[in-house]
Amino acid sequence: MAQIFHRSANTLSRVTIFGAIFIAGFVFWVIGGIVRSPYFTNQGIEREQPIPFSHQHHVSGLGIDCRYCHTSVETSNFAGIPPTQTCMNCHAQIWTNASMLEPVRASFSTNTPIVWSRVHRLPDFVHFNHSIHVNKGIGCATCHGRIDKMPLTYQASPLTMEWCIHCHRAPEKNVRPRSEVFNMAYVAKNQDVLGPQLVKEYKIQKLTNCSTCHY
Amino acid sequence: MSDSNTLDYKAFRERIGDLRGKEYWRSLEELSRSDAFDDFFHDEFPRQAMALGNGVDRRNFMKLMGASVAFAGLAACRQPSESIVPYVRQPESLIPGRPNFFASAMPLSGYAQGVVVESHEFHPTKIEGNPDHPSSLGASNAFMQASVLDLYDPDRSQIVRKYGDTSTWSEFIAALQPVLTAAKTNGPGFRLLTQTITSPSLGALIQQLLALYPGMQWHQWEPVNRDNAREGSKMAFGAYSNVVYDFTKANVVVSLGSDFVGEGPGHLRYARDFMSRRKVRKGTTTSMNRLYVIESMPTQTGGVADHRWGVKPSQIEDCARALMSGVAPAILPAIAAIAKDLKANAGSSIVLVGDDQPAVVHAIAHALNSQLGNIGKTVIVTDSCEVAPTNQLASIQALVHDMNAGAVKSLVILGGNPVFDAPADLNFHNALAKVPFRANLSSHYDETAMLCQWHVPEVHYLETWGDARAHDGTVSVIQPLIAPLYNGRAAVEVIGALIGGMDQTPYDSVRSYWKTKVGGDFESQWRKWLHDGLIGGSALPAKAVTASTAIPPATGQPANPATALEIEFRADPTLYDGRYANNAWLQELPKPVTKMTWDNVMLLAPKTAKRLGVRVHDSWVNERQTLMANVKYNGINIMLPVWEVPGQPEDVATVFFGAGKEHQGKVANGTGFNTYKFRYSTALHGGPGATIADAGQPAYIIACTQEHQSIDPAVIGERGIIRAATFADWQKNPEFAKEKEEKKEDGDISMYPPYKYDLPAYKWAMSIDTTVCTGCNGCVIACVSENNIAVVGKEEVHRERELQWLRIDRYYRGNPDNPEVYYQPVPCMQCEMAPCEPVCPVGATSHSPDGLNDMTYNRCVGTRYCSNNCPYKVRRFNFFHYADYDTPSLKPMRNPDVTVRTRGVMEKCTYCVQRINEFKIAAERENRRVKDGEFTTACAQACPTEAIVFGDLNDPNSAVSKLKTEPTDYTLLAELNTRPRTTYLATVRNPNPEIKA
Repeated sequence: MAQIFHRSANTLSRVTIFGAIFIAGFVFWVIGGIVRSPYFTNQGIEREQPIPFSHQHHVSGLGIDCRYCHTSVETSNFAGIPPTQTCMNCHAQIWTNASMLEPVRASFSTNTPIVWSRVHRLPDFVHFNHSIHVNKGIGCATCHGRIDKMPLTYQASPLTMEWCIHCHRAPEKNVRPRSEVFNMAYVAKNQDVLGPQLVKEYKIQKLTNCSTCHY
Repeated sequence: MSDSNTLDYKAFRERIGDLRGKEYWRSLEELSRSDAFDDFFHDEFPRQAMALGNGVDRRNFMKLMGASVAFAGLAACRQPSESIVPYVRQPESLIPGRPNFFASAMPLSGYAQGVVVESHEFHPTKIEGNPDHPSSLGASNAFMQASVLDLYDPDRSQIVRKYGDTSTWSEFIAALQPVLTAAKTNGPGFRLLTQTITSPSLGALIQQLLALYPGMQWHQWEPVNRDNAREGSKMAFGAYSNVVYDFTKANVVVSLGSDFVGEGPGHLRYARDFMSRRKVRKGTTTSMNRLYVIESMPTQTGGVADHRWGVKPSQIEDCARALMSGVAPAILPAIAAIAKDLKANAGSSIVLVGDDQPAVVHAIAHALNSQLGNIGKTVIVTDSCEVAPTNQLASIQALVHDMNAGAVKSLVILGGNPVFDAPADLNFHNALAKVPFRANLSSHYDETAMLCQWHVPEVHYLETWGDARAHDGTVSVIQPLIAPLYNGRAAVEVIGALIGGMDQTPYDSVRSYWKTKVGGDFESQWRKWLHDGLIGGSALPAKAVTASTAIPPATGQPANPATALEIEFRADPTLYDGRYANNAWLQELPKPVTKMTWDNVMLLAPKTAKRLGVRVHDSWVNERQTLMANVKYNGINIMLPVWEVPGQPEDVATVFFGAGKEHQGKVANGTGFNTYKFRYSTALHGGPGATIADAGQPAYIIACTQEHQSIDPAVIGERGIIRAATFADWQKNPEFAKEKEEKKEDGDISMYPPYKYDLPAYKWAMSIDTTVCTGCNGCVIACVSENNIAVVGKEEVHRERELQWLRIDRYYRGNPDNPEVYYQPVPCMQCEMAPCEPVCPVGATSHSPDGLNDMTYNRCVGTRYCSNNCPYKVRRFNFFHYADYDTPSLKPMRNPDVTVRTRGVMEKCTYCVQRINEFKIAAERENRRVKDGEFTTACAQACPTEAIVFGDLNDPNSAVSKLKTEPTDYTLLAELNTRPRTTYLATVRNPNPEIKA
């Protein structure tokens, strides 16, 4: 009886079988890459805002402290977005005719809030608390990047769970003295020594159980 | 299996004898162990068999699947963009992301319950009791907890209506003017109908109104009628009086049909005080109070009694008279022993009577208390809390009479729904139609509103200012948490409009009233009242009185034979008089005694059901379906589902009113049966003369949670799920609860890996005292509110898919005619060696260093292995998209700290981990540990009797640590060695040794 398949069919079948594994692996690798990409995480994407507010100008140019606007960062889970009143504290006196600030003045006079577009968004099943991170010596810049160099605000970190866990497993790599938390330009000189020391001093726990964030 | 229709108790008892230790049971079916029940029970997930509802065929199924896949693809695209909206001027008191708490008060039937309302960015999300308020002491009941859902109810009336069409408040005012002008000359033709009012400021306004229109009459009607209590107090003390009980000083309590731990304005306080004398602790407890209950339908109070007898409602009067004379009647020989016990505790006892009982029984109880020297000690008599106490039945009868006679030219109805709930024989509907001008104020566009020319939407108590008195007369200022969502109006605004020219806001009205009542610096006092939630020292003073002992003689035995059926009317335990019928949390809340949801069944004793031929067919498992009976009373036929209840007295049919609305909202309409139709003014609380027969209908589907998520009945007694002893036995052997524990030869061996719980972690734990649990459901609904638990609806409850994380198991023991009742709240046990954790293939449930069994919703893929492996059956699975994501008004109601779960996800009790984290973080910020009692779980916070105690076991001085060392502490299914963090304190009761059961 004549052979139905040519001998090369053996090779072909082997390649197909082994290849399938590699192809599947490749597909997962690509998916993994996509979900970590800025396309998915929105990392580094500047959002269009009703007012082109520049952190660069206000923070490094004018030296305004983070807490002047983000008032609840030390006491609440939410750092707080400043009310129009906060803007008007200064802008009632300076740049009172700037057209760029027209939406702020309109908001204040008509008592309608400014609708900003959200830059940092966590899913509803994740509960993040600013106050505890700030109080345990995690600097603003650690997660938010050099806000003082952002003319328009973007999300500096991927905000993936992988990224969160990375620090929760090894907080000593990122912890800084409490006095430096709001210092944008802080660079640790000897993190290898200082980190573990601060972890001990601040009683930082390596909380990686699920209900730390998910409930 | 033998024919269970024969209902042979001898066979039952033999069966009980057959099974080792099988003395506790949950339902009659379980006791009879019919084949159908066995099949039902061992089908562990009957809900799976019906995963898809009726009417989904293969074609539709494929369509749905196709759509799901397509949408899954879409949903996996990029994150949605969100906006963020800060304030223009941020209120000073607000820290974004953190809740504020405000004291207020919830009025129910006029009486205030102090509440503390949690408010997130100024929308109220959760109600708690006010610890400073005398009626609450920090506890809350199901109505208080669920009232937050009422606020956001999308079916609330939202506009002023004229003949059903959209109108405005100013048009209403304009329409009032000719009516008011006419009323100036014809005062008697102008009528006001309200519910019970205790509000001093509203009362003053009404008096002003009555003075303005001479001859004008004010009528009051409340379907949960307390006329008998009023008239009884008048008989005893000469004037309508308010009676307050101090259970902390009472050694012996006799309840004649009074469900004082479950109903009435002061029930939370009474439950707390009463149970404070029943917390049996080694080394400190030397005595325990004793409760005798003589009642008809088994109530919560009957369930926690040391002795409980079920008699016909009409026989309670005989028992009361016997208690007075000391001559025991044939129906209850134990009365002699009760009378003796009362005498021995003269001055430290209480006799109290249910509101359903005739006035004379109330008078007898007052006389007894007076004779025993209880008045002034355990029984405090004050002036009535009501502005104008009146016989409300007579009041509404007079109104209907005048309406029919054409004497009423204009009627304003403030609150309530008399067309639905007034006595049916008065035919309020027809009489109202004869009134030329009719206006009503109500929260929903309901039966009454539809019959009025003008309808004004009523504000919710969280939207307005006001005041009201508590059960002891203490005045609370009601302060709003939010501006009216739907432009509703308060009763004071309508009264102001009737007075004319009064453009007072409710705020002005309350303040201007109290400004005249107090001297000194009003502003600072006002601020203190608002902060405290009450006006300190405003409780009504005790009057030095003695009760008249001249009791009218009995009118003779009711002229009906001993076997004649009696109807007993009661307000629905979760819907009240029907005002909560559109509240889905309350509809789905298992009713305390029957564990029934979404229905109002008629209660019958099993023997009576058998005699009347309305027993459930053997093949219908009672838990899933029941029989429809034709009930004829006062010549009216109503079909009602029959429910056989152990402990129900024979020949008594208990019927609940409040359900069966047709015009209230999506939830209420068509749910349950309207029994107001045969509630006549001649027999407001029931009476003889009913006939009941099989309606010949197909089986009626019911949603009863009695046997849902339950532990196999075969092991209840064997493994000591419930452990109980008498107080005398406890004194002899405090370790009784440990005797059931098996001696383990192999020590604490476990399949599951050990976990270290060292400091600095916390060791969260819970202790539940089954002695003081009254099965009131406050914890269940507090959990629903705190944890955004979805409502699933009747069909899905029927399929055992209810999502309430906490269930209250109710066990019976002994004679099915009058069994002892035991309650056991079952939240997640938080096992240290948790069987649920290792079986999860995706690690969605895992252990925390604090000892919690974490549930990670976003990881869960819905295998349900964890639920399968849980010996306590405390996990709940979202089969469908139950949570309402669409209704805009429900969004601000939810707790922002808890994920709203979607379908395909397992969920469970986490000891309120959101609260744990909040307080842990707050403590960490201050570099300290969480203090004991700094916070507690939602269930423990709501509990009226403090039966649930939560805390840290790593703190040896915490309340929970101390309770765990009690000898009565025991663990559910301890032999599994799951080492639950939730343990129980065994039940201790204090029966009178002179009374043989």
